[in-house]
Amino acid sequence: MSATKLKSVDVVVVGSGVVGSIMSMELASAGMSVVCLERGKQFDVSTDFHKPNVYDELKFDRHSDIFQNLARDTITFRNNEAQTALPMREMGAFKPGEMVGGTAAHWGGNARRFLPHDFEMYSRIKERYGQSFIPEGCNLQDWGVIWDDIEPYYDQFEEIFGVGGKAGNLDGEIQAGGNPHEGPRSREYPNPPTQRTYEGALFADAVSALGYVPFQGPTAAMTQDYRNLYRVQMLECARGGFCSSHVCAQGAKANPLVAVLPALTRQPNFELRPLCNVLRVNVDSTGKKATGVTYIDARGNEVEQPANIVVLGAYCFSNVRLLLLSGIGTPYDPRTGKGAVGRNYAYQQGGSVQVFFDDREFNPFIGGGQVNTSIDEFNGDLIDRGPLGFIGGAYVNTSTSGATPIKGKRVPPGTPRWGGEWKKAVAHYYRRNMSISIHASCLSYRHNYLDLDPTYKDAYGLPLLRMTFDWNDNELRMMKYLNERCTEIGRALNGSRLGGTNKGIHFGITGYQSTHNVGGAVMGSDPSTSVVNKYLQSWDISNLFVVGGSAFPQNPANGPTETIGMLACWAADAIKENYVRNPGSLV
Amino acid sequence: MTLSDNPIGASYIYLLEPELRFLEAAVEHLIPTDELGPGARDAGVVVYIDRQLAGTWGAHGRQYRGGPWMEGTPQQGYQSRFTPQEVYRIAIRELNQHCKAEFDRPFAQLASDRQLRLLEQLEKDEIALPSLSSKLFFDLLWRNTEEGYFADPLYGGNRDKVGWKLLGFPGVPSGEYRHLLTSREPYYAEPVSVLDVQTGKAPVDAEGFPKHVIIKRNSDRER
Repeated sequence: MSATKLKSVDVVVVGSGVVGSIMSMELASAGMSVVCLERGKQFDVSTDFHKPNVYDELKFDRHSDIFQNLARDTITFRNNEAQTALPMREMGAFKPGEMVGGTAAHWGGNARRFLPHDFEMYSRIKERYGQSFIPEGCNLQDWGVIWDDIEPYYDQFEEIFGVGGKAGNLDGEIQAGGNPHEGPRSREYPNPPTQRTYEGALFADAVSALGYVPFQGPTAAMTQDYRNLYRVQMLECARGGFCSSHVCAQGAKANPLVAVLPALTRQPNFELRPLCNVLRVNVDSTGKKATGVTYIDARGNEVEQPANIVVLGAYCFSNVRLLLLSGIGTPYDPRTGKGAVGRNYAYQQGGSVQVFFDDREFNPFIGGGQVNTSIDEFNGDLIDRGPLGFIGGAYVNTSTSGATPIKGKRVPPGTPRWGGEWKKAVAHYYRRNMSISIHASCLSYRHNYLDLDPTYKDAYGLPLLRMTFDWNDNELRMMKYLNERCTEIGRALNGSRLGGTNKGIHFGITGYQSTHNVGGAVMGSDPSTSVVNKYLQSWDISNLFVVGGSAFPQNPANGPTETIGMLACWAADAIKENYVRNPGSLV
Repeated sequence: MTLSDNPIGASYIYLLEPELRFLEAAVEHLIPTDELGPGARDAGVVVYIDRQLAGTWGAHGRQYRGGPWMEGTPQQGYQSRFTPQEVYRIAIRELNQHCKAEFDRPFAQLASDRQLRLLEQLEKDEIALPSLSSKLFFDLLWRNTEEGYFADPLYGGNRDKVGWKLLGFPGVPSGEYRHLLTSREPYYAEPVSVLDVQTGKAPVDAEGFPKHVIIKRNSDRER
């Protein structure tokens, strides 16, 4: 089959989500010719996500056509190497997107930076507790960047996504009202913090009495009308819920569709090609230079797009799979520990403690846009981990995210799963509960990894990505500790009953948990344990940049999107300020 | 009993007469009619299930369908060769055969407590259906019953928004919510569905949000 070969461009970008859109914008506005390839459909916010149709939980949360179409492409999954991986046949634990705008088009808007600790986790843990404190089989690694390198790019991303919050640490000075444990910020958030709900106020009182410092967690749902760095206008959030899984009808939740693409599509040297499924990155005969990508276009034709620079800016799974399908780098082998592509895959831990009241009633459907009250004492490495015996942590919060009627109901433990007693319990407690959520880290381990499945294929006949993953003792010990602390908070809230959720001993891909899949093409300073250098540049191929959640060496607590956006700004800057002047390795 | 006798007088696309009889009886056990309001049958959950089975989801149109097919672990999720359409068709037929063999009658004609016991056995995978796991079927049935009772009435269930009235969920949000974020007053309004707005039954404001009709509650409603 001979592919149609197109005219070469400066940059071809794979994916149009947070990474693809921001990197396209940064590089196109610097004068480079940019083509962005997206496998999903193009959407128009005003006609595809209009009122009232967007307020439809069944359509968007259960049967969404903005999530990856698993009939064409999915992953296979197993808990360990002794099992046979089987396809993820229906959407469950996570919901990768498939549309112009990517997965972030339906994100929840939780816009937290990581902590300075997170980027140097290996060095700092080793320094404080010694090498032997790191669990057996754990591939704990530094990122190759430190806080001062990347803080300006967090700032840039927040100016693009209109993040609202209150600084807790301005240039080292602790600020009242903010998170005192955050990394030092160079300036305030672009938008003010959210207001505190009834649940948030109860939580704040309870945690303050226990000695913690409550703050309003940062959000990318606009807390006021806002014109961003790209001169795009976004409207204040109307607090109608229907956030995560949904695209905001109000255009109030920053995402590539509303925060970047309106400005990007005006760039004369930019072209977006939706419904184009990239099959591989092409590499020349030296194996050291990418020549472009080959994709199947909307009409089914095979097309080659030559480019001087290739950016893989897709979802974690797709970035890793494209590297493996293209034969770039050495696939990771868990038996020898050699090879870096697919190494250090990690998911996200978490759980919740629920408090049920008989004497308080809330309005759980009013909210959304990440209206949450949080504490950060359990995050990073603030509390001495020595006596606790685990590495990692969590932010803890109560969030009023707009409880929807199918999935947003909670009942006390011991309630039957169905029948008359269940009906009475949902009727009574739907408006009389609040949740203390634990959003926790997950380290990377030798036996948790990504590779190509030997059996199952996608619609193009190419192998599916195979995930081998299970929880490790470190994370289970951490969750036990966090559940105990959150149960104390729950008791302090003086409800009539407590309940809770946790993920169990074995990871399962059923039941939504989070879309926070990371790693597999991680950044670092050692080519034997990382796929890209600190600038997200391939160690093997200097004109290939692999940017996204795939670059995280392990998964910190705070949710990946803000850091994915930051890395896009950081990598784009490295390309336009350094790489184009002096092509070749940046380190 | 004929099709036109079904309590909401709807038509059906996929489901067959014996399946309707089974589902009307079964879903009423899952969410029963009681002093709090109508149960799943009168909420139109069977119509909802019929529409879902007849649509993209019923044929697993966006699910991975490639073989080989293996049972897998619970952690690996849905691994049946059968689409939801096929699961319902096969399971109801085989369950009715089981009921006839054991009790001389199909499920729908058994006494209520016998039906309840059978549903509990299905859930625990204690009935050995010849072709598939009874738990697989029960889990789909419960998932669809809950969806049908609480999804927008657009899909045929949640008739008269009974599911939302049960919860005190007002449906499509009001433009006033932004002013109520910090409120400690319980907010009750007549629920508004997408269907209501689409069919012009609920007027909208300039931004497209419906105007909620606030329910003044008696203190005794709180009990």
